[in-house]
Amino acid sequence: MRFGKTLCTASVLAIAAAGAATAGSHMTTITIATVNNGDMVRMQGLADEFNKEYPDIALEWVTLEENVLRQRVTQDITAGGGQFDVMTIGTYEVPIWGKQGWLVALDDMPEDWDADDFLPAISSGLTVDGTLYAAPFYGESSMVMYRTDLMEQAGLEMPDAPTWEFITKAAEAMTDKENEVYGICLRGKAGWGENMAFLTAMSNSFGARWFDENWTPQFDTEEWATTLNTYLDVMNNYGPPGASTNGFNENLSLFQQGKCGMWIDATVAASFVTNPDDSTVADKVGFALAPDAGNGKRSNWLWAWSLAIPSGTDAEDAAKTFVAWATGKGYTELVAQNEGWANVPPGTRKSLYENEEYLEAAPFAEMTLNSINEADPKNPTVDPVPYTGIQFVAIPEFSGFATQVGQEFSAALAGQQSAEEALEKAQALVSDEMEAAGY
Amino acid sequence: MARSVTTRRKIINTALAWSIGLLIFFPILWTILTSFKTEATAIANPPQFFFFDWTLENYAVVQERSNYARFLWNSIIIAGGSTILGIIIAIPAAWSMAFVPSKRTKDILLWMLSTKMLPAVGVLYPLYLIFIELGLLDTRIGLTIVLMLVNLPIIVWMLYTYFREIPGEILEAARMDGASLRSEILYVLTPMAVPGIASTLLLNFILAWNEAFWTLNLTAAKAAPLTAFIASYSSPEGLFYAKLSAASTMAIAPILILGWFSQKQLVRGLTFGAVK
Repeated sequence: MRFGKTLCTASVLAIAAAGAATAGSHMTTITIATVNNGDMVRMQGLADEFNKEYPDIALEWVTLEENVLRQRVTQDITAGGGQFDVMTIGTYEVPIWGKQGWLVALDDMPEDWDADDFLPAISSGLTVDGTLYAAPFYGESSMVMYRTDLMEQAGLEMPDAPTWEFITKAAEAMTDKENEVYGICLRGKAGWGENMAFLTAMSNSFGARWFDENWTPQFDTEEWATTLNTYLDVMNNYGPPGASTNGFNENLSLFQQGKCGMWIDATVAASFVTNPDDSTVADKVGFALAPDAGNGKRSNWLWAWSLAIPSGTDAEDAAKTFVAWATGKGYTELVAQNEGWANVPPGTRKSLYENEEYLEAAPFAEMTLNSINEADPKNPTVDPVPYTGIQFVAIPEFSGFATQVGQEFSAALAGQQSAEEALEKAQALVSDEMEAAGY
Repeated sequence: MARSVTTRRKIINTALAWSIGLLIFFPILWTILTSFKTEATAIANPPQFFFFDWTLENYAVVQERSNYARFLWNSIIIAGGSTILGIIIAIPAAWSMAFVPSKRTKDILLWMLSTKMLPAVGVLYPLYLIFIELGLLDTRIGLTIVLMLVNLPIIVWMLYTYFREIPGEILEAARMDGASLRSEILYVLTPMAVPGIASTLLLNFILAWNEAFWTLNLTAAKAAPLTAFIASYSSPEGLFYAKLSAASTMAIAPILILGWFSQKQLVRGLTFGAVK
């Protein structure tokens, strides 16, 4: 008897507790979906400052890993779930979602938000038909980070704008496998945002492209063969072992432990590798633009994590107030006051790069700005293309087939197939996918 | 008759059992150790096992950044609620299959199990749309129901296996003494199957606690349990392994402690009926 009663009481209590709703109030609550990186975490830490200024808006945070976040917000926005009022999305999603009408246009933001102050390279990637659909929170490009001491030992001097030829020569000179020092570390892990981000940007510098003007895949061209062979040669000869599973974090770890002579990756890494708390080589790091191959395009990419408002939100005004606060000039000053100028979100506003205090605190600022300015997402390749995006192609199908191509290239790096085989498979699978998608 | 085992053999067996045990436990041990390291020590190569500067800094950062208590409370409600609801539904179901089987009982049991063979992502979108319609997204009650349904086949199967070990004659005797169906299940069957029910409860509580597909996909800020708490510390751009390990340790600690104290019950239930 007692057992049955206990079980029933417990279940009633469980259901009651599960269904218990929070008490209602006059406050508007907005839910912000975001990623776990230093700048976003800092923003959460400063949420109290926002609440002081806007006491009638409460903030709820949902922090997720980048790929999980991308899948969650895509699912929510396509199903009309209305789970999020502000979403952190990348340069790949904004033009596609903006075109679909899934995002609120940011054309009536407050005057002092100063949209004209955003770097043109960054804001152009977030604009569809002249309308801005997301506010850049921080922007990044890619560049060469190198060990100044090893470069000096090798008797070489890194130019501000190196070529792939120089990078290969320097990688050879800096490699000391006996002491576990590898001339170059590059992404090898398969994924559209992993090795394919790097290789697509690299291919631009060799004159390659994903598609011609008629959307025909171009992996059977000489330019792609040169790109992939150069990448495989330099990685097989001077790269670390097991590079086919290395992504950003693995290479960051190798570089911080002094095992990489050069690393070409996101500009955001500069603050990590120069941080003496985590990096053993913090005072021996130099920066240069991403390399080119003499074709007029460099191999640097362009990315911005931006705040966007889904069109189904029922708290649009409060969401806009938050977006204006988090991406405004005042927020930059707030971070500088609380965390120092070196920690303000980089790569979005012209005014930041005119600020002497910032330029003094961030030794990588100039190179970051130059790298961002070098990137042109509207004209990413040597020959004309029908798409926008530097390290990606801004069409919905891209993330799926680019990951498959990434797996083929990663297998080539692991020695499981030749570059020719990988390119052949890439050509076949992208052709099939594009045909199925009706291009 | 018991087989005689030499001392040497005993030592080998013990060493082997400990090695396998340690191998299985190693990832958890490594997570716990990493949670006490600095981020730089966490990625050090060669890895440092015990001789490093132990720090509680990661726990302080995690505690400051996240509302751990809210995630923990959600986990307790969702895992506990789904398990209890599941047991309430599964006891009568398993009773009927074990004591009054029909021609189709075996088929029904197999059909129930077959629902576990479909990858969860296959029904994500339909379920998501249903949840939008019913206003159940990001609610503890919605997640409680989903996890109960996900684990129900396992609960029924486990209880069915335990119930089959109980002689039907005892229930018959109760019936002849005038016990109603409800009394028969509640006062005769259930007390006899307490070890089995307890281990089913525990195992399903653990399964629901660790469930990370539905809990990540159907929640946002309000109903997110500890799985979402761990996920919020994963980062592809930045080395935060020590903080991630601290968050993981905080998330698994309650269930580890529960498992430790109830291991006797758990083992007894899992081996229930193994020896006839």
